[in-house]
Parts: sequence; structure tokens; C-alpha cells
Amino acid sequence: MSQQDVSDMNVDLLKRHDRSLLRRLMLTQEMWIAIAIVVLGLAVSMISGKFATSGNLMNVLQNACFIGLMALGMTPVLISGGIDISVGSILGLSGVTLGVLLNAGAPLPLGIAGTLAVGLVFGGLNGAVITLAKLPPFIVTLATLSIGRSLALVVSDNQVFYEFGTATESILALGGGYTLGVPNVVYALVVFVIVLHCLLTMTRWGRYIFAIGGNESAARLAGISVDAIKISAYAFSGLMAAISAIFLVGWLGAVTNAIGTGYELQTIASTVIGGASLAGGFGTALGAAIGSILIEVIRNALLIAGVNPFWQGTFVGGFILAAVLLERIRSLRR
Amino acid sequence: MSKLASLENIVMEFGAIRALDGVSIDIKRGEVLGLMGDNGAGKSTLVKTIAGNFQPTSGRYVFEDQDVRFSGPADARRHGIEVVYQDLALCNNLTAAANVFLGREPMRQVGPFRVLDKKLMNTRSAEIFRELKSETRPADLVDRMSGGQRQAVAIARTRLSNSKLVLMDEPTAAISVRQVAEVLALIRRMKEQGLSVILISHRMPDVFDVCDRVVVMRRGSKVADKPINQSSPEEVTGLITGAIKTA
Repeated sequence: MSQQDVSDMNVDLLKRHDRSLLRRLMLTQEMWIAIAIVVLGLAVSMISGKFATSGNLMNVLQNACFIGLMALGMTPVLISGGIDISVGSILGLSGVTLGVLLNAGAPLPLGIAGTLAVGLVFGGLNGAVITLAKLPPFIVTLATLSIGRSLALVVSDNQVFYEFGTATESILALGGGYTLGVPNVVYALVVFVIVLHCLLTMTRWGRYIFAIGGNESAARLAGISVDAIKISAYAFSGLMAAISAIFLVGWLGAVTNAIGTGYELQTIASTVIGGASLAGGFGTALGAAIGSILIEVIRNALLIAGVNPFWQGTFVGGFILAAVLLERIRSLRR
Repeated sequence: MSKLASLENIVMEFGAIRALDGVSIDIKRGEVLGLMGDNGAGKSTLVKTIAGNFQPTSGRYVFEDQDVRFSGPADARRHGIEVVYQDLALCNNLTAAANVFLGREPMRQVGPFRVLDKKLMNTRSAEIFRELKSETRPADLVDRMSGGQRQAVAIARTRLSNSKLVLMDEPTAAISVRQVAEVLALIRRMKEQGLSVILISHRMPDVFDVCDRVVVMRRGSKVADKPINQSSPEEVTGLITGAIKTA
């Protein structure tokens, strides 16, 4: 190709006509994970009829969505070359905030606004400390993981909230309810996959997120306000954790200050399985969502297949390794 | 040739270190100026001062008859000064077209949204690559490109705006012989279009091939500034090493 005659180069030639749609799909991590989900599903269906029932599938999908929403938030952070391990604590703090606000008699819209504000501000502060103090994102969010969880205790005063005042019915309906036979949170995931996909592929913001993850100093030299973009990525991550908190609280029907503990690792695992690189520069919205579904399918499949639940972590860990190896092999073949 | 820019007695200090010790250089329009010197001679500091990365400790910097003091590279770029960095400053995970337009993407209106105009970026990049007679394809990832193609992408960036001065830091250091010829041809093409080019290079043949004038730096000072046809590789080597004091 490098020896082609320069004179007959044109833009049409520059597009890849040599790869069919199917072949291009086969080249994506999302496709491989989707295949893994289907194969796993078929295998479990052969062992037990309980897996492939609409009730169970909806349940799996719903469970996956809480982590999936957070994984969508994590995606721009990872693409930009950062990491946010405080998302579980952000979910905890914003969930507790929602409980406190509604319990105190706030109407639902005010409760939701307050919850989203907590997530957005907490995430934005993560980003501000990382960029302005030039500290490693892992260390900063490790600190705020601890701070966030502690603040959840402070705000809730270690109480459990299950009384949501006038908003009780509406919050339960929002988080645990169905629309047209599908859990509400699934719609939220679909909407945010589309929104994030468009943000990442069609806007300057998305382009700059990738540029920063690819070569941060090049991005700076190109005049991109790298700090502002990074702060916005962490703020977005915090916002998505708060959105997940709203649905989770509605679904559980109660808030404890332990809500979301350990979710950060599942979130990062989902994002990485979906093809995002911890080294930055790569990742997709769809991948994050599919990654979170795979993890939930593994757990559900093992339960239904009668495997001792103690083994779940081993299987999930195995899939993380397999996904990263797959990504490595694919990038070598490209 | 009229004067595009001039540096007068520029001093650049970093703490106790004096990286530039009163350097004066005129840059003429449509001229290719070769800037030579050993490592640590002050070439990079001088280029970064011209490009707006550094603000000189003292001295006068005149660009197009105006005293300037750039706040940063973006400010210098607004005045028409472009830099092709030694490490090329490219994002490997983006396409050639995305790199060419990085930081100044054209947008188009889709309903209420403004989205990246990828088609325009691809066609415009393809045009520039064709002008440069480069085989680089806009939709290819930079990650998979040869040194010459990467160079073309970095150079294409300078062609987007109405640039007047292009600073090239070791553009031929890490590429094949054939690609060196391509880059030199490109420098001539920029000169034909009236651009001024400052070529920082260690490669004597390249400088004597394309440059009109050569400036030699040693220990933060200018030790020579003369038309290329009045110098020789032997003289320049002597100046760089210090065997010849000034010329």
C-alpha cells in the first residue's frame, strides 16, 4: 500500500473498502464480549431451564445496569489516561444524600437535583485535585474513596433510610418499576450509551478526551485546555455514579451508608472487559455497557448452574484476564 | 527579502543557568534558515522562545514590525508561527486527519447540535497530503505509520492556517533516506509559497541542501550567521565544536 502511485490517490480510496461490515464487527472487542455472553447463556440454558426465562434475563439486565451506568462514567476517565476508584463512595454519598433529603420531606425533583449535584461536585473535585495539584489519579481517588465513605457515615449518622416521605412511591417506581415490561433503569442505560457514544465520537470534548489519553503533551501543544477536559471527565464519572445511586435506592427501597461498597472494582472491570485501556487512549460506551452485562451474566449463570458462589470472583477475574489478553492479541494482529 | 521577524539581544535564564546569552537574529520572508549547534548550545531554547513556549528574560522580539511577547504557543500560532516538534507531538490513537485538525476541528450543524465535520477533515487532509506528495491516508491511525508519514502529518498541521513562519526541530533525524528527500522537497515547497522556515538539524547535508543561510550556536551565543554559499560543512563543523571561534 505504501508504494501506491500517489497521483491516483483520492478520498474514496482512503476509506477501507477491503473489509466487509461483518469483518469490521469481528474486529471489535464489543463483538467478542457479546459472543461470550451468548455462548455462556446457551451453555447455562442447557444445564438449567431457569436461565433463559424472561424474568431471569430482565433481572440480570437490571442488575447489570447499576454498574453499567457507572462504567459509562468511568469510560471517558480511562480513555483520558486516568482512573477513578472513588465511584463506589460517590454512589454511597449521593445515595445517602438522596435518602436524607427525601426523608426530610423534600419533593423527588429536589432530591434528585441534590443527589446529582453531590456526584457532579465530588467528581469535579477529584478532577480539580488531580489536574491542579498534579497528583496521580489513583492516589487522589483512593483518598476520596475513603473520604466519600466517611462523609456518607457523617451525613446519614449511621441510620438506615427507608421512609422517603411524599416521594416514597415515586422513587420506588422510578428505580424498581417497569415500563413496557422492561425495567426503567435499562432505558436509562440505553439512553446514556447513546449519549456517551455521541459525545465521544462526534464532539470536540470526546475527541480531546482521546487526544489526552493518546498524548497529553501533544494535546497541550495543540492548544487544548487539558485540565478543564480532565476535570469534566471526573465530574461526568461522579454524575453517573449519582444517577446510578438514584435508581439503586429506588430499587432497594432503602439506603444504608454501605451502599455501593466495592462497586468501583466491578465498574473498572466492566470498562476494561469492554475494551477500554488502563493506559488510556481507547474505550467505547457500548463496550462499557456490554462489559457490565457480561459480569452479571457470569454471576447469574454460576448461581443457576449450581456452582458455589464463592467461585464467582475467580470466574470474573478469569474473564478480566481473558479480555485484556484478547485485546492484546487483536492489537498485534491489526 | 523583507524582514519577517527579528530577535535583538535575547537573554534567557533558568535560575543560575544562562541558556541564551544575548542572541540577535533576523528572519526574512521566504527564507530557509538553518540553525545548527551541538547539544546544549541553546538551539531548542531559542526555538522555544520564538515559538512562545518561553518568555525571554530580556531582549526584544519583533514579529511583523511589532514588539511581541507571546503568552504561549497558542498565542504565537495566532500570529502565524507554527512548530513541527522533534517528537512530532502526535496522538498515536487518532487518525491522521484527527491529528492534522487537533485543537481546531471544523464543526457542522446537525439539528440543534454542533458535531465534528469528519468528512471535511478527511477531504482537506487528503488535499494537503496530496500537495505534500505524501502517501499518508487521512483515515489511517498514526500508530501504524512510517516515520515519513508521521512527519507529513506533523507538517500538514502547519498548512491549515495562514502560517508565516514554520519552525522544524530535527525533522529528518529518525527517517529513511527516501523520506528525508521528501521532507526536504516539502521545505522547498513551503519556501516557494513565501513561508519562512527555520530548520534545526544536526545533518549537515540537509542544511546545505535546502537552507539559504546558516546560524551556528555555541554555549548560548551565536557564533556565525552567514549565507550558506559563503560557508562550508567544514567551517560549520569547526564552529559547532569550537575549533573555529567565530565566522
